Amino acid sequence: MLRDDVIEYSLDTHHSEEQGKAIRKKIWMVTALLTAITIVEVALGAFIKQSSGAWPFVKWSFILMTLLKAGYIVLVFMHLGDEKKSLKYVILVPYFLFMAYLIFICLMEATAVGHAWETYGG
Amino acid sequence: MAGHASNQIDASTLWGGKISPFSTSYGKLMMWFFLVSDALTFGGLLVAYGYTRHDAQDAWPIGEETFNSLPFLGHGYPLIYVALMTFILIVSSVTMVLAVEAGHRMDKKGVIKWMIATIIGGFFFVGSQAWEWSHFIHGSEFGKVELADGSQAIVKGHFGEIKNFEVLEAGKHHKKGDVITEDLMHQFQHAVVAGKINNGIITLHDGSKAKVNKAADEHMELIIKKDGSVNKVGTHIKDQKACDMYYEAINSGTPRKVIYGANLEENEYGPQQYGQFFFFITGFHGFHVFSGVMINIIICLGVVSGTYHKRGHYEMVEKTGLYWHFVDLVWVFVFTFFYLV
Repeated sequence: MLRDDVIEYSLDTHHSEEQGKAIRKKIWMVTALLTAITIVEVALGAFIKQSSGAWPFVKWSFILMTLLKAGYIVLVFMHLGDEKKSLKYVILVPYFLFMAYLIFICLMEATAVGHAWETYGG
Repeated sequence: MAGHASNQIDASTLWGGKISPFSTSYGKLMMWFFLVSDALTFGGLLVAYGYTRHDAQDAWPIGEETFNSLPFLGHGYPLIYVALMTFILIVSSVTMVLAVEAGHRMDKKGVIKWMIATIIGGFFFVGSQAWEWSHFIHGSEFGKVELADGSQAIVKGHFGEIKNFEVLEAGKHHKKGDVITEDLMHQFQHAVVAGKINNGIITLHDGSKAKVNKAADEHMELIIKKDGSVNKVGTHIKDQKACDMYYEAINSGTPRKVIYGANLEENEYGPQQYGQFFFFITGFHGFHVFSGVMINIIICLGVVSGTYHKRGHYEMVEKTGLYWHFVDLVWVFVFTFFYLV
């Protein structure tokens, strides 16, 4: 069947030996990166106490490193980076919008409830 | 666009409507939709955990204090074990992506090799989690103690080994002069919880009284986790003073001054909800890992029998791969919010 309105796609997205080599190299690079990030996280967690002045910085760096790891897993390992732009956005945009909303509303509310207990609670 | 991309479309790619939305197959798109919904579930659970933590009045447990043990090696290794678990899961994700890559080259042997590696990694992770749970449930040798002023503290240090119980007063099973050498730690903790230890004399199940022969505790440290009238959250009390306060609580004769480990009603690490969220979120994730391993085994059998090779493509491996990577992805977040932050 001949179509001219669909970008080429077939189930057998095969690649050659040489392309495979390049892909595998990228996979190992990402592996090394993910491992390095995890080691840095554990070292920071083990050596910097939550009572120290540097902790807020460490906490946010944990969250940023987590998002970085998540980005590599989704875009490289799950190949979302190789999919069509429209699919990428259909997956990511609604999820991020909803989660940003949920995190914001819940943590604000929780902090307020916490303060209320502190002020008026038994 | 006419004339620009006139391509022969593989008929099996087209959906019922004779087109292929997002240039992807139906199965793969549905897998993505499922993963988004599952990600919302985990997102909701982690946000609920965050909510509880933000409105909690008592000090929340700190990862490196709660998880600092290794199998066979004891205490003093903050976060190393979970880091190892994380590494195992990352590696199994890598072997999975290598299986997908081999599939794209129609390299059946490669797919089998990497899928088996992935399955082994998955089993290792589930096994590690079982150890972690068991350790969490049984708790530390000291437990959490409620001090005389009403404050609560977790205890660090080296627990002196219990050598034996020397029976001083006969009960139903033991005669005077008996030396008990079995199941010591269990009986000791049981007596502590029941308030049946007084100045080194333990009252056993059968009513007999025995002298506890125990090596001295070393490097003891109390970390206050709940305010009392004297001690405030975050205070560290060390060595002899810590020891005195700890045994004052144990010798008080009041039950439940010390709590060991965790269950669904209480735990030694912090607020009750902490234990519940720990069990639910890591349990739900562990269930996903276990299902993932099972699905991987089924697909691997399909690869071995040549089903996908005959089909001309290994898209099934790609789809289970998506699920497996997702499980890894969730763990990355669980790791951060349960153990690090």
